[in-house]
Amino acid sequence: MTAQHHEQVREPLVLGNPSLRDVTARIASIVESKISMKYLLTLGFTATMAGWGLFALYYTITTGIGVWGLNNPIGWGWDITNFVFWIGIGHAGTLISAILFLFRQKWRTAINRSAEAMTIFAVICALTMVLSHTGRPWLFYWLLPYPNQMQMWVNFRSPLAWDVFAVNTYFTVSALFWFVGLLPDLATLRNYVKSDLAKKIYGFFSFGWTGSTRSWHHYEIAYMILAGISTPLVLSVHSVVSFDFTVGILPGWHTTIFPPYFVAGAIFSGFAMVMTLLVICREILDLKQFITLKHLDNMNKIMLATGMMVGYAYILEFFIAWYSGSDWESWIFINRAFGDYAWAYWTMFTCNVVSPQVFWFASARRNIPLMFIISIFINIGMWFERFTIIATTLHHDFLPASWGYYSPTWVEISIFIGTFGIFLTLFLLFAKFVPVIAIAEVKSILPGAQPAHHHGHDHDHDSAHAAVPAVATEGGH
Amino acid sequence: MSKSTIGVVGEFTDVNALTAAVAKVTDAGYQRWDVYTPYPVHGLDKTMKIKRSYLTYISFAGLLGGITTALGLQWWTGAVDYPLNIGGKQLFAWQFSVPIDFELSILGTALMTVMGLFHLCRLPTWYNKYQDDESFKKATDDTFVIAIDADDDRFSADNAQQFLRQLGAQNVHIVHAS
Repeated sequence: MTAQHHEQVREPLVLGNPSLRDVTARIASIVESKISMKYLLTLGFTATMAGWGLFALYYTITTGIGVWGLNNPIGWGWDITNFVFWIGIGHAGTLISAILFLFRQKWRTAINRSAEAMTIFAVICALTMVLSHTGRPWLFYWLLPYPNQMQMWVNFRSPLAWDVFAVNTYFTVSALFWFVGLLPDLATLRNYVKSDLAKKIYGFFSFGWTGSTRSWHHYEIAYMILAGISTPLVLSVHSVVSFDFTVGILPGWHTTIFPPYFVAGAIFSGFAMVMTLLVICREILDLKQFITLKHLDNMNKIMLATGMMVGYAYILEFFIAWYSGSDWESWIFINRAFGDYAWAYWTMFTCNVVSPQVFWFASARRNIPLMFIISIFINIGMWFERFTIIATTLHHDFLPASWGYYSPTWVEISIFIGTFGIFLTLFLLFAKFVPVIAIAEVKSILPGAQPAHHHGHDHDHDSAHAAVPAVATEGGH
Repeated sequence: MSKSTIGVVGEFTDVNALTAAVAKVTDAGYQRWDVYTPYPVHGLDKTMKIKRSYLTYISFAGLLGGITTALGLQWWTGAVDYPLNIGGKQLFAWQFSVPIDFELSILGTALMTVMGLFHLCRLPTWYNKYQDDESFKKATDDTFVIAIDADDDRFSADNAQQFLRQLGAQNVHIVHAS
């Protein structure tokens, strides 16, 4: 297939054939435009949600987690459900920024910046949940190995200790990766914006980036290394989260399928959240030129694939429960589908396995209202997946005399709403003040942006770019 | 001269013309010069004959530091400083140390990669001698800028300007210290 042929078959990644300056001006205009009343009202609404959640959190911390609906035998409820939910949301950002980068998926350039931002904000929400669940969050440093007067160290054989390292590493590395990606774009804004204050702020955070080729040379290698290490990292984080369950010996948790199943579910739910926000974002910020139907189509395909993976896991769990010959294991799964929490199980199953099936059809993958609705379904379904796993295993334990049922109180519900408030508030601030599209990366994939002779496709100047990989090249390019 | 010369700059808008010009400037033997671009242009670093970055070694040192810390921490705290029998399990075994070994390796690599990048690019430096030049400012937007510094041994303002014009650069001019 010649490059010319490619050109005809492939849909353009950026519509309207903008010049380099158009790209700068379009993204910078979001930052430069006056803050509208609509924006302030939305921000006020999400900040109120966050404030309400923080009040509930304050109430929890000052009174104790007795204000939650937890009981014996159900020691984990919405707290851990929300923790796993939010950590999972983050995974789409890292997948897009790291794994799709390694696979040379150029379409990622339009969505990686906002997806990475969501990763960081989601991990902040997850940390909020997991810290409050400790009951005495002011003693959070007890989770870390530090020399103390009791001469005690943390138990490194415990998956809960692994989780502390995994989540903190994930947050740090995601933030570094995001910031390195932002550097050139902040420099672009520094030189573009008119207000003196904005110039100073962007100037400070761009650290004096100039766009020197000598710097780009190091930069591309750094970006490659960060992508390379983030790829196994993102796979490890949700695996370690799943160890919190699997290393315990409870039926329904003690299974080897959990790590891959959790990772697939995390990517699935993360893409759903990215989809929900991007559909709104491209509409309000008018980014249809950059985030095209092709991008949304590709994301829907990934959701279909990962949705099938979790569907496979749901069904396989039942088979293994039967095949294991363990009475407890078999019974817990029958109870999961037909017991007290059957409503939660079938909500999960319908949302996660049935609803994405419409994405087999190309017309559905490009239908914006439909994909928005499905993405909401998946968000709901994936939350229920975590809830189902936690509640069904805990509420009926080995001793029938201690069986119970768990419902959240208003405090837990408020905290969950509050995490959405925190997430959306941070995202709104990001969308207004930080370049929402990776400017330099989009420029690098525009037609004619790269030298024509460089890739063996020297048919003519205009077609050669079809074979050019996205922003950074392999180290020794 | 009351104002000292910093260098000579010239603008390009076509990436192919830029690449051809960069090859010529490299061949002319200039040492202290640079090309400022809004995004990484493929192959330009090779054309400029930039030495391969040693950032990878810095990153690798971060990986070694991370894994050594992880193994040392888990072994020393568990088996030496405060041996604690938990369920009769071994005080230290590499198997249970794997998750933290992995996480700290990644963390060490990431931290050293970013610190190494900042070191090699001399970031943060909130001053650049070209910073008030209009051409230089456009280099983060839509223009490719070749800048030949005055402290290059071969530098002569007239020759450098003529040379850049010859290569097809637009708006060639001398940059003075402000």
